[in-house]
Amino acid sequence: MSRSASLSHAPAALLLAALLCASAGAVAQGKYPGIGRPATPAEVKAWDTDVRSDFTGLPKGSGSAKKGEEVWDAKCASCHGTFAESNEVFPPIVGGTTAEDIKNGRVAGLAKSNEGRTTLMKLSRISTLWDYIHRSMPWTAPRSLSVEETYAVTAYILALGRIVPEDFVLSDANMAEVQARLPNRNGTTTAHGLWTVKGRPDVKNTACMKDCPTEAKVMSQLPAHARDAHGNIAEQNRVVGPVRGAVTVRAAAGAAAPVATAAPAASADRIMAEKNGCLACHGVDNKIVGPGFKEIAARYKDAGGSEAKLAAKIKAGGAGTWGAIPMPPHPGMKDEDINSLVKWILGGAR
Amino acid sequence: METNRRAGRILPAPEAPAPTGRSGGRRSFLRNALALGGGAAAAALSGRASAADGDPLILKPQPHATALGQPVAALGYGQPSKWEKNLQRRESPGLTRVPQSSVAFAPLQGMFGIITPNGLHFERHHQGWWDLDPSRHRLMVMGMVKQSRVYTMDDLMRLPSVSRIHFIECGANTGMEWSNVAVPTVQYSHGMLSCCEFTGVKLSTLLDECGYDRKKARFVLAEGADGSGLTRTISIEQALDDVIVAWGMNGEMLRPENGYPLRLVVPGVQGVSWVKWLRRIEVGDKHWDTREEVLHYIDLMPDGLHRQYTQIQEAKSVITTPSGGQMLLDKGFYNVSGLAWSGRGRIRRVDVSVDGGRNWRTARLEGPVLAKALTRFNIDWVWDGSPAVLQSRAIDETGYVQPKISQLRAVRGTRSIYHNNMIQSWKVAESGEVSNVQVG
Repeated sequence: MSRSASLSHAPAALLLAALLCASAGAVAQGKYPGIGRPATPAEVKAWDTDVRSDFTGLPKGSGSAKKGEEVWDAKCASCHGTFAESNEVFPPIVGGTTAEDIKNGRVAGLAKSNEGRTTLMKLSRISTLWDYIHRSMPWTAPRSLSVEETYAVTAYILALGRIVPEDFVLSDANMAEVQARLPNRNGTTTAHGLWTVKGRPDVKNTACMKDCPTEAKVMSQLPAHARDAHGNIAEQNRVVGPVRGAVTVRAAAGAAAPVATAAPAASADRIMAEKNGCLACHGVDNKIVGPGFKEIAARYKDAGGSEAKLAAKIKAGGAGTWGAIPMPPHPGMKDEDINSLVKWILGGAR
Repeated sequence: METNRRAGRILPAPEAPAPTGRSGGRRSFLRNALALGGGAAAAALSGRASAADGDPLILKPQPHATALGQPVAALGYGQPSKWEKNLQRRESPGLTRVPQSSVAFAPLQGMFGIITPNGLHFERHHQGWWDLDPSRHRLMVMGMVKQSRVYTMDDLMRLPSVSRIHFIECGANTGMEWSNVAVPTVQYSHGMLSCCEFTGVKLSTLLDECGYDRKKARFVLAEGADGSGLTRTISIEQALDDVIVAWGMNGEMLRPENGYPLRLVVPGVQGVSWVKWLRRIEVGDKHWDTREEVLHYIDLMPDGLHRQYTQIQEAKSVITTPSGGQMLLDKGFYNVSGLAWSGRGRIRRVDVSVDGGRNWRTARLEGPVLAKALTRFNIDWVWDGSPAVLQSRAIDETGYVQPKISQLRAVRGTRSIYHNNMIQSWKVAESGEVSNVQVG
């Protein structure tokens, strides 16, 4: 029994004081004196944010689907789409569930082949959705949603999926009721051998050595049109040895193929674009959610005052110029960084 | 063009008289292949004499033998030869749409032995990677313990450490191949696989130090310090067995892309549990059911049920040389080489077939053969120039035999994404080109 256990009858204040000044290792010190120190209650609280499926760790609070819609449009829709149905940046969150599924707790669509899978089709624990949104959303500013916003966004997603009504207010008190309505709450099984090292395999082969039963017939191979889908395989193999890579992308006539081409070093501006999450939604050449940087440059590079216009757009956000999906505001970015980013974009984003 | 149909000799010895009619497709392929040598003459590739009196690379003094070379420490941290630039981690185009939540595959087609060089270790991040200041990194152990404790890197690195060689494989490795062939090379079909010597303190040491609840503790949660705050549950039995809280990787510190300065090593278990930038361990009595246990890393079965808490990587193997997308140089002798591994222990045996699984021969296992580590196998093969289908089949110490894709599909269907440990088939065409196929 450790000394901390023997202290457990001491008054709470004394115990806390003992914990706080225990960095010399006076408490619960095992075999390794001087290594580590007790965590303070505030430290434990700061990091112990996980919510388990029995709702251990779920903070008290609530949020309405209506409020969730506001948060969604401002912070989530640019990647996930207005109705959480977008498949542009991430797989869709909402869709594929029915009233019948809510009744059964099994999403019937999952048994059909060729059906895509949305988050709500897979979701078997409501705590998971709450915990994940709270812990790591939005994509470029994780841990920035309040408890209320997290309840609200979770409620809004559930409302979009018609699991709760549009005026629903989700709270720690009714999470269990929502759990009982999740369309795929009964959709998992642990009857398999892949949890423990000693688990029983579900698929069995035998080590036949001679004249084994096989047709040795090719059932599947890459179609010819996909030959260059992974670039030139010749440039992905060593230049000596028993093999070479097959040439899957023809070099232009007369042009000597390079031995190996390293990617050019990223410019400081590109690194800044990456750091600020710009490249999550904008490709250099192509549209991802928003337009590609080169498309932006092509449209604006000769227009008067375009630098100021683009800088304002990055700062304040906007919508409608390139399509319906809004560009979120970036109030946290420094003006000088924004200006240098705009110059980089208009200069061809190299 | 009759000779074009003749098998063998992909890189003809330049001194040999050109066979009549040798031209067209294969010849131009050769020219391309040779051009890839970066100006190296055909003679250099073949190593055969191109003149009557011998090879000019031998007969003539070469610049590097007749001048002064580079000084020591020209590179404070050494780099691979410039001739090795083709071997890079690469993304599979179209697989993911945001590079911060993506995969870079290790180039298994060019690796030797069982250790993955740190710069080629596969990458998988859920919300981007960071290069953390190790002096500001903290690990907290809390939950069902007598005392929650905080450790700095200084603290952890003073503790008794172990160094163990283990493989790490993403649960979704080979996941693109469940329903048909989808990728051309072993880099993309099997490259979410690496193997390093990891150095760190056993998790059991820390759990003991904090006084974990021996009666009630059933599970341990591990959490990362990055924006995804990635969390995974492991069982207390595993946590006390061979799990390592690691800072070392092949003799140096972890690379930032692999969790510098601290990651969890969970031998035999899929990579997602090897939490990077590890900041917190919580002891508990129930599964947490985190996002990576409820929405991802669940295996969809044909009846629409998802298998939850699948994590062990069952025995698997793959031939890396020759493998998809490669060209054999010529007819004749080859050392067919590959990797085998099992999350349940040691590899006992690997068999190789060159006729699509009809007949098998047992390969040589190169040492060391370690539990939950990659094992290198080799076998002699003389290619006679006729079409062949190469396969390898691993058997681990439990007696489990790596299954065929048809056997896996019969039980699990084609949509489970995770845990595809099928026998891989590489077709060798008469032209010497090797391609990814599935046979039935």
